[in-house]
This record gives sequence, C-alpha cells and structure tokens, in this order.
Amino acid sequence: MGKNMDANDVVLEVEHLTKHYPIKKGLFGKSDTCVHAVEDVSFEVHRGETFAIVGESGCGKSTTGKCILRLTEPTSGTVMLDGKDFTSLKGDDLVEARKKLKLIFQDPYSSLNPRMTVADIIAEPIDIAKTYATRAERDARVDQIMQAVGLDLSYRARYPHEFSGGQRQRIGIARAIVLEPEVVICDEPVSALDVSVQAKVINLLEKLQDDMGISFIFISHDLSVVKHIADNVMVMYLGHMMERASDEELFSNPAHPYTQALLDVIPRIRRERIRDKTILQGDVPSPTNPPSGCCFHTRCTKCMRVCGERVPEAHEIAPGHLCACHLYDESLTDEERTPAVEVPLDAEIPQA
Amino acid sequence: MMLKPSKSDPKVERAERIAADAVAAQESERAKAASGKRKASSYWAVSWNIFKRNKLGVFCLGVVIALVLVAIFAPLLAPYDPDAQTLTNMLQPPSVAHPFGTDEYGRDILSRIIYGCRVSLSVGIVSQVIALAIGFFAGVAAGYFGGKIDAVISFVIQVFSSFPFLLFAIVVMFVLGPGLVNLYVALGLLGWTSTARLIRGDVMRLKGSEYIQSCKISGGKSFRIIIKHLLPNCVSTLIVVTTLGIPNAILSEASLSFLGLGVQPPTASWGSMISASQAYIQTSTYYSVIPGLAIIITVMAFNLLGDALRDALDPKMRS
Repeated sequence: MGKNMDANDVVLEVEHLTKHYPIKKGLFGKSDTCVHAVEDVSFEVHRGETFAIVGESGCGKSTTGKCILRLTEPTSGTVMLDGKDFTSLKGDDLVEARKKLKLIFQDPYSSLNPRMTVADIIAEPIDIAKTYATRAERDARVDQIMQAVGLDLSYRARYPHEFSGGQRQRIGIARAIVLEPEVVICDEPVSALDVSVQAKVINLLEKLQDDMGISFIFISHDLSVVKHIADNVMVMYLGHMMERASDEELFSNPAHPYTQALLDVIPRIRRERIRDKTILQGDVPSPTNPPSGCCFHTRCTKCMRVCGERVPEAHEIAPGHLCACHLYDESLTDEERTPAVEVPLDAEIPQA
Repeated sequence: MMLKPSKSDPKVERAERIAADAVAAQESERAKAASGKRKASSYWAVSWNIFKRNKLGVFCLGVVIALVLVAIFAPLLAPYDPDAQTLTNMLQPPSVAHPFGTDEYGRDILSRIIYGCRVSLSVGIVSQVIALAIGFFAGVAAGYFGGKIDAVISFVIQVFSSFPFLLFAIVVMFVLGPGLVNLYVALGLLGWTSTARLIRGDVMRLKGSEYIQSCKISGGKSFRIIIKHLLPNCVSTLIVVTTLGIPNAILSEASLSFLGLGVQPPTASWGSMISASQAYIQTSTYYSVIPGLAIIITVMAFNLLGDALRDALDPKMRS
C-alpha cells in the first residue's frame, strides 16, 4: 500500500487500449478473424500507487501489461508516461523512456539468463542505458540494489541455477528496480512461489515502494494478495474492463455481477459451504468470437434483455467507482430490463 | 542443602533439548555461511565435472591434444626431412632407421605422417571455424529475424545440403584450384549448413524467452541480444557441432587429396599418401596401412570427444 501515494500526480495513463491478434488463414496469410485480447481499456496510475488488474486466465491482463511495455504493439489506444505519449516514441527517446518502465516476470526460472552471473543480470538495464561512466560506480550500484532486495553480496558471481525460486525472484526484482523506474509492471510476480515465500516477496515489494516511490501495476488472479497490496483495482473479463474502484470499495461493495461472483469464491477459513455460493456456470467464451452486447451476459445470473444487445458503458456508481453493467444504467426502459429467461446455452444441467 | 534436579526431571530434559537444538541451529547456520563462501560453481565447472567421469572422452581429449602437439612441433619430432628423397632407399619395410618404412621416393614415412598431421588438423579445424562463423550468423539471422530472411536462408541451406557432397567439393576445388587455403574455403563452404540449421532451431526456441524480453524492455538492441544472450546459450551446440564436423572435414580432405584435388605434391598429406600407395599395396602393404590408421585414429578421437562433450554440455543429458 503506497504510503507516498499522491492522488493528483498521474504517472501512467492508459487510454482506450485495444489489442487484436490477427489469425492467419489461407495460403497468402490473409486474415479476416482476430483474437480480441484487449478491448478499449482505460485507466490511470498515480505516483506511488499499486494498481491491480485482476481476472481469470486469458482475460487479457498480461496482454495489457505487454502492450503498455510495447513488447507487443497495441492495435490502438495510447499510453501516456509522465505526460508523454509512450506508444509513439522512437529511437533515443524510446530508450530514455524505457528506463522509467520495467517488468517483473511471473516465472523466476525462465526470466534469468542461465549463462549470466547475478551481478551481470542485475546490471543489464544499467549497461544498456550506460548510466555510469566507470565500472566501479556500476558495481557499487549493483551492490547497493542487492542489499536493498535482501541478496547476500557473496552471490554476485553465482549463476541463477544455484538459487531457489524466491531468491531468483529477488534477482528479477533487483533487475527491474536498479534504474529507479517510475512504474513497474508485476505480472503475477508471486504466483509461481510457495505461500511463505510469497509473503516475503510481497513485503519486499511494499518496502521498495515506500522507499523509492515506485508505482506498481500488479497483475494477478489471486484476490487475497490483491486485497492486501492494492490501492486501486480493475477487474477484467474477456479483454473488457468490468469494474474499477479503490481496494476497500471494491472488496466491501462489489457492484458488477462478475466481481461479486469472483469475490464469492475466494476460499476463506470459515464455516461456510461452497455449495451455497454462486459459482459461475460454463466456460469463458472464445475471444475470437466474443458474445454480442455485454461480453459477460452468457454467464451472468442477472442477465436482462438489453445485455445481449448493447455493450454497457462504464457508469460511475460512487466517486471513483466505475462499473460497466446495465444494472446501473438508469435510462433503461422496463422492457429492456426484463430478465432474459432463456437458459444460457452452455449452462450445466444440475444432476440429481 | 538444595536438591540437585535429577536427570529424569522432565523440565530439565526439555531445557536440555532446547539447548541442544539451539547449538544444532547455530552449527547449521555456520555451515550455511561457510557454503556461501565456496567457489561459485559455474556452468563450465559443472560440465567439466560431468566430462571427467567419461573415461573414454578424457582419453580421446588426450589423443586430440597429443595430435595437436605433434602438428605444432612437427619439425622437432620428425626424424627426417619429409620431402628429402633418397632413391637408393625406396619402399623399405619398417626398420630401426625408418620405423614406418620408406615410400617410393625413399622418403621417411614417419616424418611424412607427422607433417601430414599438420595438414589434416589444420584442414579440419580451419574449415570448421569458417563453417562455424557462416553457420552461426546464418542460423541467428534466420531464427531471430524470421519471416522472409528465414525463408531465404532456409532455402539456401536446403540447396547446399541437397548437393552430392563429393561432387560439390570437386566443383569448388576445380573452380578455386587445388591448394591448402582453397581446401579450407571449400570445406568451410560445405560444412556450414548443419551448424546453421541447429543454431536456427536454438535461436527460435530462445528468442521468446523472458530474459530476452527483459533486455528488450530495457531498450537492448538486436546486437546486444545476439552477443550477450543468444551466443552464450548456443556455445554448447557450437562446440559439439564443430567437434563432430572436424572428422568429416579430415575425411573429405583425405578423399580430395586421394583424387588429386587437395594438397599438391610434394607436401605430405594422409590422403595423398594413401593415393600414392595404391600401386604398391601388394608388395608394401605397410605404406597404405599406416596413413589409413592415422586417419582412423584421428577421426575416431574427434568423434568420441564430440559425443562426450555433447553429453557433458547438454543440460537435458544431466539428471
């Protein structure tokens, strides 16, 4: 939770980000269909804030991260970093801007080059940016950052295969923060780790945020971790933004039926039967051929007639609380509000 | 007088156990600290340890080193001038003065074998270094950039590897003219396709890896990615392909010299010695057998060394 969070100071602004992956067909690679990975997503990240993106696998949260970093070019939309349009930068300006934006990977095993020493891995962003003129200054900075993430200095000349998952993730974190970036995208940084190690890594991230004022975009499917670390949360489904609110607001007062269903299935240590809860029926539809209207209407328990016809807009239902659902659209007619009676095609028939 | 607590007192027992645990914990802590100071075990140290366990591989490494030393110190080791003709002494069987006998011009066969080692090894090594350089860059270009570049390079590889090997070598040598340097070039041009193919596969597998993405996020250029990330991860493939390519090149040199397209007389080469010995095979069998054995030993040593290196360097072979 960013202690230094400044609500007026926007570091990163994502506007109408869309990513379609064309599917190549036929002899000449003509593509007529595409995967709708991210569909018109907008949000802003403040300085020192932790902004979480949650959703099921394949909902486009990692693609959103990759588009922000331009690891894959977005189809449309802009990313403003410090007031500059990051999506259109080229050449030296891009290299300069890349210093401010870093990524922490999910898999601590494949994200470190097995043939490089720990010191060289951590120093790579410095070496590319040529921040320090002398070797001694560079090495001193590496030592400093290794201490900051809790790595023993005797590990400098070791290779990644000698470390455990948690230590490897610390190396990955050190590499991401060595240039003191403004925004770090954490793509499921703890989901590959043991629970006890998860807590240590989360605490480390919070400590670094407090010390250096970094903003995190925290991509995760683990709602209990998100609840703990996030300041603001965005819920995604099939590439669409479903709901966006502050951490407390979202968890205490979830508005979107999808968010409610997600929160309902967090395992808690309490006497309650999982059978009493709403469990989403069916599977996530294919992003190649998304449902008409609201993309969630095929699985929604509160589906109305309008839901299959029109894409809901984001309504501000409380200050800072956005929800893209027709339930909160006051302009709808009673006719449109009639519950959709037909059983969704992919609903499971309960067995006796 | 106070009673001393007896040994069987459960409280004391527990206190003792806690104390013992604390000592054990301290010790394990110290052991950890000590292991923290041990020498970093790099990839190469681990590979060397695995390699050392393969006795045949170590023996072959010894043979290869011995061959290289023989090639380097040929002038010191050879008892006679390899090209000095003594026509009164021709086709002598092995004797004390000439351990391997003499050839049809009365030249000492041992000296010619020793000098021939220079030709064979240099052809093997230099041609494979040329093949390695071409193969690595072609493979990286095809695998890393993909698309049209990949299509063109893959097509060229197909064309090169569809030619009958000897025919192609004869054509190249015919165009370039016989001679040692041309032999290097011809065999280098012939050998790069297998390197390129393997490197292309390696690079395609590696280029999506997250550490390369991380390098791109930091603004790393393609040159840096190739040199810092792709090359070190391809080194084991390169070593194995080259070691296994050297015996092929040595055999090709022998074939081409046998056909008179390789090294020109009077320079000694194992292939040209076998070629010359043909006429005398019934009367002076040793003259054909000795260069033949030299080729067999050298080729086998490199092949077995290549196998041992592959076992030691390939992470998938470790378990």
